[in-house]
Amino acid sequence: MLLGLWIARNLNQVRGVMVVGSSCLLALSVWLVFAFLDMRATMPAEEFPMLFAESIPWFKPLNIAYSVGVDGISVVMLLLSSIIVFTGTFASWQLKPMTKEYFLWFTLLSTGVYGFFICTDMFTMFMFYEVALIPMYLLIGVWGSGNKEYAAMKLTLMLMGGSALLIIGILGIYYFSGATTMNVQEIAAMHNIPVDVQKIFFPFIFIGFGVLGALFPFHTWSPDGHASAPTAVSMLHAGVLMKLGGYGCFRVAMYLLPDAAQELAWVFLILTTISVVYGALSACVQTDLKYINAYSSVSHCGLVLFALLMMTKTACTGAILQMLSHGLMTALFFALIGMIYGRTHTRDIRKLGGLMKIMPFLSVGYVIAGLANLGLPGFSGFIAEMTIFVGSFENADMFHRVATIIACTSIVVTAVYILRTVGRILFGNVADPHYLELTDATWDERFSVCCLIFCVAGLGSFPLWASNVITDGVAPILSVINF
Amino acid sequence: MDYSQFFNMLPEATLMAVLVIVFIADFALHGNGKKNTVLYTITGTLMFAQAVPCLLADATTAFGGLYVTSNSVNVMKLILTAGTLIVMIMAQPWLNRDDVKNKAGEFYMLVVSTLLGMYMMMSSGHFLMFFLGLEMASVPMACLVAFDKMKKNSAESAAKFILTATFSSGVMLYGISFIYGAVGTLYFDDVTTRLSTSSLTIMGLVFFFSGLGFKISLVPFHFWTADTYQGAPTAVTGYLSVISKGAASFTLMVILMKVFAPMIEYWEYLLYIVIVLSITIANLFAIRQKELKRFMAFSSISQAGYIMLAVIGNSATGVAALTYYVLVYVVANMSVFTVINAVEQNCGGTTRMDSYNGLYKTNPKLAFLMTLALFSLAGIPPFAGMFSKFFVFMAAAEQGSFLAYFVVFIALINTVVSLYYYLLIVKAMYINNDESSLPAFRSDCNTRLALALCTAGIVAFGVFSCIYEWIAAAAH
Repeated sequence: MLLGLWIARNLNQVRGVMVVGSSCLLALSVWLVFAFLDMRATMPAEEFPMLFAESIPWFKPLNIAYSVGVDGISVVMLLLSSIIVFTGTFASWQLKPMTKEYFLWFTLLSTGVYGFFICTDMFTMFMFYEVALIPMYLLIGVWGSGNKEYAAMKLTLMLMGGSALLIIGILGIYYFSGATTMNVQEIAAMHNIPVDVQKIFFPFIFIGFGVLGALFPFHTWSPDGHASAPTAVSMLHAGVLMKLGGYGCFRVAMYLLPDAAQELAWVFLILTTISVVYGALSACVQTDLKYINAYSSVSHCGLVLFALLMMTKTACTGAILQMLSHGLMTALFFALIGMIYGRTHTRDIRKLGGLMKIMPFLSVGYVIAGLANLGLPGFSGFIAEMTIFVGSFENADMFHRVATIIACTSIVVTAVYILRTVGRILFGNVADPHYLELTDATWDERFSVCCLIFCVAGLGSFPLWASNVITDGVAPILSVINF
Repeated sequence: MDYSQFFNMLPEATLMAVLVIVFIADFALHGNGKKNTVLYTITGTLMFAQAVPCLLADATTAFGGLYVTSNSVNVMKLILTAGTLIVMIMAQPWLNRDDVKNKAGEFYMLVVSTLLGMYMMMSSGHFLMFFLGLEMASVPMACLVAFDKMKKNSAESAAKFILTATFSSGVMLYGISFIYGAVGTLYFDDVTTRLSTSSLTIMGLVFFFSGLGFKISLVPFHFWTADTYQGAPTAVTGYLSVISKGAASFTLMVILMKVFAPMIEYWEYLLYIVIVLSITIANLFAIRQKELKRFMAFSSISQAGYIMLAVIGNSATGVAALTYYVLVYVVANMSVFTVINAVEQNCGGTTRMDSYNGLYKTNPKLAFLMTLALFSLAGIPPFAGMFSKFFVFMAAAEQGSFLAYFVVFIALINTVVSLYYYLLIVKAMYINNDESSLPAFRSDCNTRLALALCTAGIVAFGVFSCIYEWIAAAAH
């Protein structure tokens, strides 16, 4: 339904079109949430896990269909993507060279993201996944900053490497489930893949998506990529694209290969715990604002995978909440960093200082983003992390508890690096007299920052509606995993 | 003799007629000022019309089993004919150059006769018939490679080509003689029923395989490729890399699947090794190339490895996947060669990679279309290349053994490597800055037509599934 509009969007690349297009998307996603809730009232999740489901046969001889549908998880993810595309458009308002091409690739990227979240067919999902990856190369390579060519190539190749693993996994699932369908729902319903085979293909899919979800040790593309990308691309990338990884791990790897997920979870739990703590610690020693935030993303996205692997309902709901909240926070962060960088032309925290006096609006925004990031109650970060850790502690055995406690330490570390950065760049003496001449945010920047702050605070203050929608999507999948 | 037999081989008969007409037209028009335009129109129209017999033809046999054709063979003939037409269109700027101008007729004749050879090769039902087709496809090809005879490179590469071709034909003939010695017949059907595994037939299989492996330029039979591709005129390189390769790989698949069916466990291992070698080695060499045509040579070797991947599954899905892959490969590769040719003809014959630096600034359309084609070659959606690659992998994984999955895995890792070197060109065009970038030029209408056809193919073949379904229906 909505999809026709999303896919067939007019690519006339002028700002007007982008604003109208992204506003339409936002309106549609909000409408989708309400329509979804309406429909859900009449159709309980146990019987109809996917709403608005439709399937058009595509490559019939190979059982590939273009099947779409949304459940609670995809609905909130779509909402998140729309918010970020919308604000991202404003954040790149002043982008100069080759504006048209920039927005063209940007739109292609978001098409891939939307497509990925609504598809229920493995092949089509994979296709959209790759559609979302490749524009990154040009977006970073052409419009990026710093060591952009290296970063763009590294990012693209690592993510494509991940997708190479995915293809193997998808083929394995397809053939060992009897080669009759590519539809995720149907394969999960059949549940007929032998456990030994599952154990072979689970790592392929989990790591394949895990690369995008910044799973240690496959996260190294992320800091370079984020640091070099232009503002809106960092926003979309950290905000939405990294969520594709977590979503894929949950929807494909764990849902379709549940037995292997149970048996192999410990390996990946260790890896994700490492990425949570390691990401946070690395962020402490960085001096580039974007690097700090990128490592913080590694840590938070690690937390998403960590929570998914806990496989309790609360933890998984928390994971999706964390995706949502981290998406918004990190987008806010990158937007602000982009704006500060656009003025001061440096992101080195040693060279910044006293910005609070010069650009109060941006600085207040930065403080809010920082506080949300370290989990201050009232903002979304608190809700998400709280849910995750409570959910993780539900697992009574030693191993899970120890892992949870280790992961909890990241909260403290997060506070360290956030407060350190905020103190350094916003307060104290003005580092460079030239900064005194700089101006505060323009209207388009204020607009996009305000939108994001509003969403972060909204989610933090009224989390119930979101967690209800999410639980609704999580429950059927968990019932398969835990039988 | 029953001449109605010829009606069973309709595509060959009409292509023969095309050849004769072009031949007559060539000297009838001698001295005419507009000779090239007229010849081009005649040949182009006839080649376009050639689609009709390919579509009309049924699965039949003729001459007591010497000639066998099936629906999928006819589909393949159609694809190759279309590809040849694109080659003719994109060759125009080159054919109208002063030193080549008076030889255009010969170019058409040679191309058509190699195509006829490929037709024969694909629909042969007898080893000798097959050999005849193969030779018919390679000897005129050497003339084509040497077409720029005043250039040292062209002549040298033709010499290299013809020597390797002859040698590999010899090896192959030797292999065929082993098989004849073992089973006492050369008809494909009879060979299948009588074939049993012995050291003699294994030798025969290996020799036979290496003969065709040369045509497809699989590693380790690839040594001629880079030099020949570089030296040959760009249009011929394009022809060599897609049409000739497509025909040979299709034939190899049919023969392995049908004739050597009793020896499947031997040729599957052979394929595993050759595929892994082709893809990996060619990719490693491609990274280091600085010359675009040499680069495309190595890229095409690794693509050949992907093409052969479809054969592993030994199924109808494999036949469909291979045909589809060749189809997509034809449009994507021809698109790249059309751009190379346009740049070469307009900018003083340069094919070096660093001369493409900053092409997007001066010739944005050309650079954009080249990017699409490269993305398709690298297998990036939503372009057709990703679909064809995925289907090939599916066909290979259908075989089911973990060894097959392993080969697919190696191939997948290599797609990442190949993405790297394709992106290098994209990077050169978009990101690298160069003061001495190529001048802006307007490409002529033929180049545009060829690019339009290819790009339409790149975009449409993936999204519109009817084309794959049509190919799959023919394969079953």
